Amino acid sequence: MAVNDQRIALIDCNNFYVSCERVFNPALEGKPVIVLSNNDGCVIARSQEVKSLGVKMGVAWSSVQPLVKRHNIIALSSNYTLYADMSNRVMKIISEFSPDQEVYSIDESFINLTAFKHLNLIDYGQNIRSTIKKFVGLPVCVGIGASKTLAKLANHISKKQTVFAGVCNLTALQSGELNTLFSKIEVGEVWGVGGKIYKRLSQLGINTVLDLKQASPKRIRKQFSVVMERTVMELNGQSCISLEEIAPPKEQLMCSRSFGRPVSSLSELIESVITYTTRAAEKLRHQGSIASSIHVFINTNPFQPEEQQYNGSLLVPLPEPSDDTRLLIAAALAGLRSIYRAGFSYKRAGVMLSGLMSAGQQQTGLFDNVELQARSKSLMEAIDRINNLMGSGTIKFLGEGLDKKWKPKSERKTPCYTTRIDEIPVVYAV
Amino acid sequence: MNMHDVSTQDSGNSEPLPLIGLKPELSISKQPLFSWAVPAGFPSPADDYVESCIDLNERLVQNKEATFFLRVQGDSMTDLGILDGDLLIIDRSLPVVDGNIVIAAIDGEFTVKQLVHQKNGYVLKAANPAYSDIIIDPEENLEVWGVVRWAIHKLWP
Repeated sequence: MAVNDQRIALIDCNNFYVSCERVFNPALEGKPVIVLSNNDGCVIARSQEVKSLGVKMGVAWSSVQPLVKRHNIIALSSNYTLYADMSNRVMKIISEFSPDQEVYSIDESFINLTAFKHLNLIDYGQNIRSTIKKFVGLPVCVGIGASKTLAKLANHISKKQTVFAGVCNLTALQSGELNTLFSKIEVGEVWGVGGKIYKRLSQLGINTVLDLKQASPKRIRKQFSVVMERTVMELNGQSCISLEEIAPPKEQLMCSRSFGRPVSSLSELIESVITYTTRAAEKLRHQGSIASSIHVFINTNPFQPEEQQYNGSLLVPLPEPSDDTRLLIAAALAGLRSIYRAGFSYKRAGVMLSGLMSAGQQQTGLFDNVELQARSKSLMEAIDRINNLMGSGTIKFLGEGLDKKWKPKSERKTPCYTTRIDEIPVVYAV
Repeated sequence: MNMHDVSTQDSGNSEPLPLIGLKPELSISKQPLFSWAVPAGFPSPADDYVESCIDLNERLVQNKEATFFLRVQGDSMTDLGILDGDLLIIDRSLPVVDGNIVIAAIDGEFTVKQLVHQKNGYVLKAANPAYSDIIIDPEENLEVWGVVRWAIHKLWP
């Protein structure tokens, strides 16, 4: 259902991971900084200085070495513990500005400001910006529009065009101004327009945001989909996509990482699969689901074509849907043993839980041992509670291994400044 | 009942610092005093007077999202009661007021000083005669990282 005259804001943190690092290490201010993915493989966040040097998102860390040397770029491993804590703080602060909030990603949140339409929303947006900057030290930009698609576009504009000073309210512009602005932005910047759609749009002569806004929704529906038709309507100020205030539970849960070094022994693969299954099971219980099956897979490194390649994977159904780490591990290891082939260098392993349902939906089977199930539930709750309170991994399955030589590399990780008392930043009294 | 009391006394020496985290679960035990079960049917006359116990998170952390912890290294602030090794609780939501003890970033490092306004502008003052003050160039913008709300000093190892 399309709704007119809404006011939706998207608040997006600027260079979020790099900005988090800078809050706790002022020496990084004004310097070129990048953050690397798990295993220090590729570049996943760049400071403005690095963007200006032309380093693209997602490029391999090894490929930017010459630039790193020439410009003294500081590279850090990703510190997700820190980013998650800072994200939670930002989201909580944003929630004070509107009763309706959708946390869209780790560094983006939509809020509905329709109820505050009578206020100057640019001032309101500036207030959000300065509050977040003051409370947690992170720079953000605010985009405001009559739909989520327009809010997202406004946010893009607020980041690119300094004249907006970090807050762009498209609903405050005259339609002539708006069209001039949209005629200068590539259609690829519109939410949901990427890859194939982008190519097909340009074949139809739709190159700018304005072209898409002025396209006939019916024609777009015929040639693309209802989803794209909605995008056109959203660009015209009709809000079609509502705020999802509660994230729907995930239908699949995956946990997989690249190894820090090639692994060929079954025993090390077992350790990694137990580690990933344990983590996936924690996530499963956290969202209150149970899984019907577990998919286990191992891959060699496709970027080493001269090496023998092998990808093994197997879906193992569980005897009954469960969230018990012990049952899931048993199933995953049964799968791993049957797909394992000796003589290969493996680069990656992982598990995926699927057939998820809400833990309350489980039907009791005729032969189920109710007492055993109750004990399993209290054991898992106890483990989760302890790990939650005392830090992840306080209680773990011995099969995870103790030294984990295969663990992903994160050689440049900064301390967990905000979540561990023995890693808080030092302040000098000198 | 007395044996019970004696055995709990020694366990009171655990480190107090980790108790003051942002996780409310880590705070001092939520058990109210005198909460043991009454074996027979006679109700405790104290039941109507039970209050929830003192929560240090509540006392020390007024704005959870804006609160951060830092560890002091050095003795330039001893005259204001901030000693080497102390835990500082910073509340970034507080307005910066003349005379506050603040955290500022100087040359890429955090420093703790007293912010004092003098006739030529702001000065970051040390609280120990052995250390000199930092005079802020009025042309330069001093960015205060946060205001120190509490200093926690450990007296018993």
